[in-house]
Amino acid sequence: MKELFILAVVTFFSLLTYWLVEPFAHGQMHAHVDSKSFAYADLPALTKQGDATRGADTFMAGGCIGCHNVKALGMETGMSAKDAAAAYGVNPPDLSNAGAIYDAKFLADLIKNPAHAMSVEHKFDDMHPHPMPAFYGAGGEDIDQEIADMVAYMQSIAVKAEEVTPKMAFEDACGRCHAVRYTKWTQLGEMPNFKYKKDELRFQADVLDAQDAVKAYMGKLPPDLSMYIRSRNEHFLSTFIEDPQSHLHGTAMPRVGVTAHASEQVIEYMKMAGDPLAADRDEIGKNVMIYMIFFVLFAYLWKRQIWKDLH
Amino acid sequence: MAHFEKAKSLNEWFDQRLGVNTLNRVLAKEYWIPKDINFLWAMGMVLAITFGILLVSGIFLLMYYQPNVDLAFDSVNYTIMQEVGYGWLWRHVHAVAASVVFLIIYIHMFTGIYYGSYKKGRELIWISGMLLFVAFSAEAFSGYMLPWGQMSYWAGMVITNLFSMGSLEMNGVVEWIRGDYVPAQAFLDRFFMLHVLLIPIVILLLIGIHFGALRLPHVNNQNGEEIDFEVEAEKYRSGNKAASKVIAFANDFMAKDMFVVAVFLVFFFYLVFWNFGFAMDPVNFDPADGLVTPAHIYPEWYFLWSYEILRPFSKDIGLIAFAFAQVIFFLLPFLDRSPNAVPASRRGLFNIWFWVMLVDLIVLTAMGKLPPEGIYSTIGYVAALVFIALWIALPIITKLEKKL
Repeated sequence: MKELFILAVVTFFSLLTYWLVEPFAHGQMHAHVDSKSFAYADLPALTKQGDATRGADTFMAGGCIGCHNVKALGMETGMSAKDAAAAYGVNPPDLSNAGAIYDAKFLADLIKNPAHAMSVEHKFDDMHPHPMPAFYGAGGEDIDQEIADMVAYMQSIAVKAEEVTPKMAFEDACGRCHAVRYTKWTQLGEMPNFKYKKDELRFQADVLDAQDAVKAYMGKLPPDLSMYIRSRNEHFLSTFIEDPQSHLHGTAMPRVGVTAHASEQVIEYMKMAGDPLAADRDEIGKNVMIYMIFFVLFAYLWKRQIWKDLH
Repeated sequence: MAHFEKAKSLNEWFDQRLGVNTLNRVLAKEYWIPKDINFLWAMGMVLAITFGILLVSGIFLLMYYQPNVDLAFDSVNYTIMQEVGYGWLWRHVHAVAASVVFLIIYIHMFTGIYYGSYKKGRELIWISGMLLFVAFSAEAFSGYMLPWGQMSYWAGMVITNLFSMGSLEMNGVVEWIRGDYVPAQAFLDRFFMLHVLLIPIVILLLIGIHFGALRLPHVNNQNGEEIDFEVEAEKYRSGNKAASKVIAFANDFMAKDMFVVAVFLVFFFYLVFWNFGFAMDPVNFDPADGLVTPAHIYPEWYFLWSYEILRPFSKDIGLIAFAFAQVIFFLLPFLDRSPNAVPASRRGLFNIWFWVMLVDLIVLTAMGKLPPEGIYSTIGYVAALVFIALWIALPIITKLEKKL
């Protein structure tokens, strides 16, 4: 069959070109980073068994709630998100669900040495300390025990790990620096619907102030993540969230220390923002394919009918 | 006033006024196509259908697109992709068709080159086809500006910069084209106009000329056989269709065309729904930002070969080589000095020329995307030189070719 041979030649050169300009070229342009399964192997292992009841006391004595809200328990600093951002650079996270969203090892190291856990030691030194002070113990004998207790306490007050939703994970781990305009998310929370234009403008002015604070703290305004699910691929996002330094050495973005599950939720949130109709694509695609295959059949029958007199 | 009989049927009524029966005869029923053809002869129809898809999907997108630097990105990525019912479908169809149309154009071109279909009265088919290639390129480029993403912006910056003509530093021309010092609102407005009005009109006109140029010399056939169309048509008319070497454009040729089109559409919609990444570069999903240059700037795949002819040389020589690459294909009918309008496989040295050219263009395409470093830049440099050498060799090797 000469036509099939010609088709094979055309297909071969087309696929070769495709392979060269897509998988091969992109593989050469972007360094491949393997996922480390969110094990955070570089962080010290937890050696102590935490006790949540003791942890509650240490949590108070350690002064965590001086800067952090724990809204689930009604503890609030009384500072607005905008003022907190102005004071600390970034609005410190609410700790209600920190125990579920962040890895326990990460939380423990973060309490002891924030810049180390977040892989931003290149940004801070003794002259410019990280805005979250390191914990030097709350009077107990063993600082590691105290930290383990606090981590256990945070886990005890949080929702169950599997109950972490995309929105919870994103807002907590990413949303204090990154806006997502397609979901109306701002550094100060979700943009409400305003009745009066002047209220909307006030809110927007506050967002600009918060963005200025984040910009001053980070060096540049962290990008809006609305379309990141399409401008970066899922593997990139996952490995970047796991360790930003692995892709962008020296970046100001901290390692946020989410668990594997919370990272999936973050990516799910980004899909909802930038590619919410992916399921439709699949569904409609299947129907179109069925239609097209019938079209091929009918076209073939028509061709046979017309050409039977021509051969 | 001419005398008109009262028409007995609707067909007759139209025939009196528009000559529809004559048109039907000249353009369809007695437009003779050689029988000895393969599926590559259907690429013209595939292109016509793909252009139709681009036109229709483009009209839907045009209803929601905002040609404004502050709104364009979100009008595409939010309004069209998320808010408008099936907007995402039209956008994916449009983007994938814009890319796939070039694959078909290249197959169509190389079919023409392989079978010598630009010779002996078919020169204008080739030239009008090349004009269409240029018009489609301009259409693709201007369309690529519209989502106003990072690649739109920086591709616009790089390509308009070419008009400074290297060391001549004609920066005034560049500013005149952009309407600003950098790509901005004026730039977007004018490329929007070009994309949705001027270039489509030019394409439609050129398609008319391309089809027209085909009517008198007739379509070539698979063996380069010279056919006496009058004699063969007579056989066909007398009912001896099997012995005739020709078939009618409609429905004979159309029936085969539509089958190829149908198979093509299966492939096309597979890409639209499940493998569209190659046609929608990830970098262009970042909004345009004049202060952040992307790590790698590259054109869409179909421009890569000419980009790579520009890139490995110094500024001025690169521009000259680039200009050479843009016009040289136009001259093919005149640079090919051989009298043989037969498939390349029977043309000795030209056969080698054909396959080397094809592989060289693929190598250039690959190197045009890869970062110009180390071995890639050497390979790209050599491939660009080979491209130029091939065109210099063409008149010589075809002159040496024996008449078959």
